[in-house]
Amino acid sequence: MSISFNWIDELVGLRGELSDPQGLAERLTMTAAAVEKVETVGARLDGIVVSRVLETRPHPNADRLTLCKVDRGAGEVLDVVCGAPVIATGGLYPHVAPGGELPAGFRIESRKIRGELSHGMLCSEAELELGRDKGGIMRLADGLEPGAPLAPALGLPDTRLTLDLNPNRVDLACHVGVAREVGGLPTPRDFGGAAWTPEWRDGESEAGGAGVTVRIEDIDRCPRYMAAVIRGVRIGPSPAWLAGRLLAVGVRPISNVVDATNYVLHEYNQPLHAFDLARLSGAEIRVRAAVTGEPLTTLDGQEHKLAPEQTVIADRDRAIAFAGVMGGLDTEVTEDTVDLLIECASFDPSGVRRTRTRAGLSTDASYRFERGIDVHAQERALARCVELIVATAGGEADLIGLRAGPAPAPVPPIDVRVSRVNQVLGFGLGGAEVRAALEPIGFKALSAGEGGAAGDGGAGGNGATDVLHISVPGWRTDIAREIDLVEEVARRVGYDAGAGQDRRFRPSAVPADPRVEKAARVRELLTARGLLEARSLSFMPEDFRGNRAVVPVPNPLSAEESCLRSAMVPVLLRRLEHNYARGNRNVRLFELGTVFAYAAGAGPAEEADGTGRFEESGRVGGVITGTRRPDHWSGPALDYDLWDLKEIAGSFADRLCGAMLVPFDDAVARDATESGASLAGPWLSRGGFRAVKDGRVVGVAGVVDEASLDAPPWAAPAFGLEFDLAAVEGRSVPAYRKTSPFPAVRRDLSMTVPRGVPAADIEGAVREATSDLLRDVRLFDVYSGEEIEGGRLGLAWTFRFRAPDRTLTDQDVESEMSALSTALEKRFGARIRRS
Amino acid sequence: MTPAGASLLDRLAAIEGKGLAAIGEATDSATLESARVEYLGRNGQLADVMSLIGTVEAQARRDVGQRANAVKTVLRGALEERAKALESAVRGPRARIDRTLPARERWVGGVHPVTRVIDEICEIFAEIGFTSVLGPEIESTWYNFTALNIPLDHPAADMMDTFYLEKDVVLRTHTSPVQARVMEAFRPPVRVVVPGLAYRRDSFDPSHAPAFEQIEGLAVDEGVDFVEFRAAIEHFVHHFFGPGTKTRFRPSFYPFTEPSAEVDVSCTVCANGCSTCKRTGWITIMGSGMVDPAVFKAVGYDPERYTGYAFGMGPARIAMVRHGIPDMRLLYEGEMSFLQQFA
Repeated sequence: MSISFNWIDELVGLRGELSDPQGLAERLTMTAAAVEKVETVGARLDGIVVSRVLETRPHPNADRLTLCKVDRGAGEVLDVVCGAPVIATGGLYPHVAPGGELPAGFRIESRKIRGELSHGMLCSEAELELGRDKGGIMRLADGLEPGAPLAPALGLPDTRLTLDLNPNRVDLACHVGVAREVGGLPTPRDFGGAAWTPEWRDGESEAGGAGVTVRIEDIDRCPRYMAAVIRGVRIGPSPAWLAGRLLAVGVRPISNVVDATNYVLHEYNQPLHAFDLARLSGAEIRVRAAVTGEPLTTLDGQEHKLAPEQTVIADRDRAIAFAGVMGGLDTEVTEDTVDLLIECASFDPSGVRRTRTRAGLSTDASYRFERGIDVHAQERALARCVELIVATAGGEADLIGLRAGPAPAPVPPIDVRVSRVNQVLGFGLGGAEVRAALEPIGFKALSAGEGGAAGDGGAGGNGATDVLHISVPGWRTDIAREIDLVEEVARRVGYDAGAGQDRRFRPSAVPADPRVEKAARVRELLTARGLLEARSLSFMPEDFRGNRAVVPVPNPLSAEESCLRSAMVPVLLRRLEHNYARGNRNVRLFELGTVFAYAAGAGPAEEADGTGRFEESGRVGGVITGTRRPDHWSGPALDYDLWDLKEIAGSFADRLCGAMLVPFDDAVARDATESGASLAGPWLSRGGFRAVKDGRVVGVAGVVDEASLDAPPWAAPAFGLEFDLAAVEGRSVPAYRKTSPFPAVRRDLSMTVPRGVPAADIEGAVREATSDLLRDVRLFDVYSGEEIEGGRLGLAWTFRFRAPDRTLTDQDVESEMSALSTALEKRFGARIRRS
Repeated sequence: MTPAGASLLDRLAAIEGKGLAAIGEATDSATLESARVEYLGRNGQLADVMSLIGTVEAQARRDVGQRANAVKTVLRGALEERAKALESAVRGPRARIDRTLPARERWVGGVHPVTRVIDEICEIFAEIGFTSVLGPEIESTWYNFTALNIPLDHPAADMMDTFYLEKDVVLRTHTSPVQARVMEAFRPPVRVVVPGLAYRRDSFDPSHAPAFEQIEGLAVDEGVDFVEFRAAIEHFVHHFFGPGTKTRFRPSFYPFTEPSAEVDVSCTVCANGCSTCKRTGWITIMGSGMVDPAVFKAVGYDPERYTGYAFGMGPARIAMVRHGIPDMRLLYEGEMSFLQQFA
């Protein structure tokens, strides 16, 4: 939203800190609406003057150029070559003389253009940095003297403030609104013409007079339609002061009539539309739902096929405008227009939204209608527009005005308790302070009974009672409740009021979610193993749509994001591929996130709100590939292998979940977890490990299948793991176990066992066969070769024994060793190698 | 002096000379040790002489003894010095290894910069009594919109901006629905922060992501007012952005708070005017306000009895400001060289 500083100043006479644009911007930002940008409009126009084109003739050597004789005032007449299509003889245009400069710093010199000498140039709005319009030379209205400097004629330079309006403060989308906010009630400019005070023809849904009929066919979509008729206008450029105002707020001047409607829009916030009355068939206006397939070409030249959800303005035969959005091309005001119908209506916000959304349009008018206009100020806005048109385009306004639709209901006053204001704000305000905050911006404290306020016996707002009855001005469509006024008070008093007070500490009655701590434990364990945390979007590509459990997104942004992720590893593999594309061979990533699935067995009606059909659960995914540590000159670093993965997954299972990591070989891994989303995916088709807790699979790990990963030839094997976050346990507090001050005794043992005996079984048997003197079992070599008989495998173990209370004797250790040797020989047919 | 005494003094002189030479010539600790044994050892030359002192006539005995002790002190000193010299030759500055060679490094893991921001925010609010809670990402339109005073025909509920899974089911567009869930489940005093993902149909570009982190905060009790709200936010700002950071509250609009406030902090990057703060000197870090009574009504709290405040922040944007990350997409690419910078 653009606001002209000069315009506000003209309305209220800005004083003190507000007399500086930066000061005004600061005030608005801190009390009403953030000012995003403060910029000068029409700076550096020093060399530009008003000039009159005395005569024109075609350029002899170029079709698209015109030779103009230009009067710069004081008898100075220059030849100027001009590239614009239409230059009116006798018209006024901005001119920059040789030696002058355009605002962008471009210096103008006399030069030959296709053999004809040109002294300076006639300028477009874009060249003067007053607008985006590059097409034509900027036409100025009559009434200016050739030779007059351009900038003062246009009321420039000015400062444009760009406001980022909060959606509830549409009243600040106009100059009167901003003026009210910062300086009390404004005095609009006097156009110097007669006031238009029509005789109104009213009707519940239809009104006739002034030679036209207005009919509302759908009162819900259009509660009110007002119209004025002006006959005999002369279309031409707007006076410079008016054009300058529009340029200052970034609106392109078009013609006196269109500019007048735009001026009143920016002054009073009321969207208005001027129809060429001669083009309205049947001289009638109908507001109705569009008919399916009905055509409408809007002002911007777009052709639309309409739908019944859209609301249109129609004449007897056809749709001529989108209601509250944009006019149609057929009935627009052109140079030939003589008679006008000015529309001043109010349209239902959601109807306007439907109309414009389907049409793919968004306009100044729709913006305001969608947020709510001041329906009590419509007569004033229409009169304002009529007066301005008559003052700038001549013509005569019909003394009959049309009003279809019921008069708007008065805004009910609101009771505000001073105690409530203080309960919410804590500023410690009195009734007089609350009044003083509200009244300068149009609210009024009523006395009891006035304005329909529910009286409680007290005089309104004199501080005697807690309750103030506050009347709400029509432009504050956002104020409906007591709390809305509390906010008004806070804004007006200042959000920094009531400083220097202490407040007590309050504990929370809400316990912390245990998942937060679980996630922290996961991060600790995985980062300690050199993994980096990634975060990716929670979506998966279309390929997964076929999967029954996978939840598709009905309105995805792209095919890449058309499903919700059902597992973490596949998403991380895409991150891995991204790293491959950047040439990274060593990748160690993990991610904590949510996976989604359809709930097993739950029907759509099972939960009242429909979320029961879906299931989401916390997951941890990880991928590692490449070298175990950075390369070093002392020797090559080895790549991660299955045993590194087993350590990470094993630690995760054991330390975080209290789960056992066990191998599995299934070609296709399908795990019956409680969640509908499977932990394992196709990437695990080569088997790997499962973490099992209480008979339930809580995690998987393994080599990533080649088919699941687009890896370059130089990539190392990749490993993945995925765990259910719910299986991670909270932090436990370990109890101290006494450490032994006595030395440990180490014994190595070599043996051969038949191939196929799992090492874990041997270790289990060792622990079973020995007492608690055995403190540590470690496999330090696995060998096969010529010295080992066929079908057997050599294993070498180290055992450590230690007692908490004494030094072990040889005898102690020997008896443990012989017990475990015997057990292994018996159970597995182990052959112990005695050295 | 008797011949016996004189000859012992001669021998001592010889021991001193040869001993010093042997010590001086020793180039490793083994040679040095054998020199020590030869001259100062239990059966060494000096001990040999000293064992003969008894045979010397009484008046010369003292001279010989003193001389022997002096030799012993000299040799011991030399021995010690040489030992130190040898040691420093091994470990000392003139060793042959090039210690500018690179160290044997290890991979360093680490959490995501956005996680770090989230954790810090939660910790700072924990100091003033806030607990961390979570909520579902698939949410009903009731919790996501209606309970928060957002009518379903509000632009925020539009198909254009919201991922609808079904008519009444959405991917939550903010973490605010957890406000309603917490209040339904617990009675005041409520003080929670809610980190989590939210979803909006924004295309993935330098400043938007269709899925992004958010942190919600909610405090409700009797007597919680705007002054208390401001104090809590200022506590956070001072701990997160530094004690010198200024905070300002300015009017805003959210359907579920009133009064609503936008919270700006003084730009941490520049003195006054840079691209991070768009030349304003201020960076907006959160939307916030006093909980709207309509929300209390929707969850069954008495709006006359309880008041409270709520706020929401985008940790990804805060991480971008904090680290000077120019493009939001970098956060979600999982590129190793990016993540390593924050490990």
